Amino acid sequence: MRGNKNGSIMKKVILYSVLIVGAVIFMYPFIWMVSATLAPENEIGKLVLLPSKILIKSYQQVFAKIPITRAFLNSMFVTLSITAGVLVFSSMVGYALSRLQFHGRNLIFYIIIFTMTLPFQITLIPQYILMVEFGWVDTYLALIIPYLMNAFAIILFRQHFMSIPQDLIDAARIDGCSEFQILFRILWPNSIPALITVGIITFMTSWNEVLWPLIVIREEKLMTMPQLVALFVVGGRAESQLGVKLAAATLLALPIVIAYAFFQRYFIQSMASTGLKE
Amino acid sequence: MISPYIIFFLTFVAFPVLFSLVLLFHRWNIISPMEFVGIDNFTRLIQDRLFFRSLLNTIIFLVIHIPLQIVVALFLAEMLNQKIRLRGFFRASYFLPVVVSGVVVTILWQQLYGFDTGLLNRMLVKLSLSKVGWLISPKWAMPSIALMATWKNVGLYIVLFLVGLQTVPPQYYEAADLEGANHWQKFRHITLPAINPTIFMVVILSTIGGFGLFIEPYVMTGGGPLNSTLSTILYIYKQGFFYYHMGYAATLGIVFALIILSVIVIQRKFIERE
Repeated sequence: MRGNKNGSIMKKVILYSVLIVGAVIFMYPFIWMVSATLAPENEIGKLVLLPSKILIKSYQQVFAKIPITRAFLNSMFVTLSITAGVLVFSSMVGYALSRLQFHGRNLIFYIIIFTMTLPFQITLIPQYILMVEFGWVDTYLALIIPYLMNAFAIILFRQHFMSIPQDLIDAARIDGCSEFQILFRILWPNSIPALITVGIITFMTSWNEVLWPLIVIREEKLMTMPQLVALFVVGGRAESQLGVKLAAATLLALPIVIAYAFFQRYFIQSMASTGLKE
Repeated sequence: MISPYIIFFLTFVAFPVLFSLVLLFHRWNIISPMEFVGIDNFTRLIQDRLFFRSLLNTIIFLVIHIPLQIVVALFLAEMLNQKIRLRGFFRASYFLPVVVSGVVVTILWQQLYGFDTGLLNRMLVKLSLSKVGWLISPKWAMPSIALMATWKNVGLYIVLFLVGLQTVPPQYYEAADLEGANHWQKFRHITLPAINPTIFMVVILSTIGGFGLFIEPYVMTGGGPLNSTLSTILYIYKQGFFYYHMGYAATLGIVFALIILSVIVIQRKFIERE
């Protein structure tokens, strides 16, 4: 009995050591990054976390060298527009597919499933050409419009709406609600979890998107934040000053980390549910 | 209700797909008129060493990344699935790199991987080991990127495995305990069969993600050294948007997409047979 108890204490110690080492491996680099941005340039790269003095010079240089505030506002505008658009349009399609009868409903459903399996590598070049033809290169339209619909969001809304009782919708129809009123006044308030899931995933993926902006935006004042920071580091304007590069990266990470700090549970649940869809 | 989708689909999916089929047979730099070149794009592709190099690089990435990711994710998920305190904290910390932009992670790891000043080499030197040319050696560069990508994504797969593990009825383990089964036997005969669908999903998701590898080599290495980290997407990007070979880039895109789809079909067949 005693041996067993010692054994289980040993097990606990090993278990927690592994878990803590894991947490250090995933969090330490970020903590190091932030401390490096505040340290004098010659102290960066040391393993210690507390610099001899705290400097904000690295950040001042980022703000002086690139229009990062503008890029932040661009990213915010683009990301919020996409998120709002996806919520509205995808829920409309999801509603039509789950509750309305019309010709070709199944066809549309299969088309949507098909687009989910279509690798983006096929449409990358022709979509860029489309932007050129529309005259959308170097405009917000190129960043927003192609992302307003999302097959994953449509499927998720469709599934969610199918679980809402038909009586609720019938009652609203008898009261004279239009289809739009039914969707936004009756279904939306009953679909908060689905709205949160789609909202968080859309926000996160569009905030972090970088390949498409690199392709369609060349003008610096229209660049999104990840794009601007990536080009800043790649383009050599950071002049191989580690602190400045890391400060730019820290600023880029900040908004999503703050959001994550508040809505951590929702982030994890939402992301996990994207996997479960497949 | 449905009409926005139809317009959207025709404009941003159907038209691009059809137009890329047109591009297959043309040379075009967007500015001058399109020029019909027959199957030149294909003959060029077959002889294009860089394209095959980029495919090989992408496959090297996947071969390291996917197994590593599954082993690490499964291991940490198993640990989190024990009776522990602070599970929420640990889970949230493993998940942190998932939510942060790939650009942040690559800039950060570029510093960690630095040859002289990088944190990892400094640690190796402290342990009196020799330095590793993480990003500067053609042999190490792609594995280093795969390691970093695992660090970034594994949190998501930990959560997916955790969901899978929690579907296993605890009675199974209790019964196995009574029979005197050891850890490995329980894992092999109870856990593994139960989470097979999750493993399948993780393989498919990380294959799709891995074939999209772009920003990591773009920021960290530009595809070097000696093209050892040139991913296929980075190569297509260069063909399309550095050289404006639209026809050829579209051809690369279609061929690459067909390769991706067949890899996924083969994986699916293989796993279904298991």
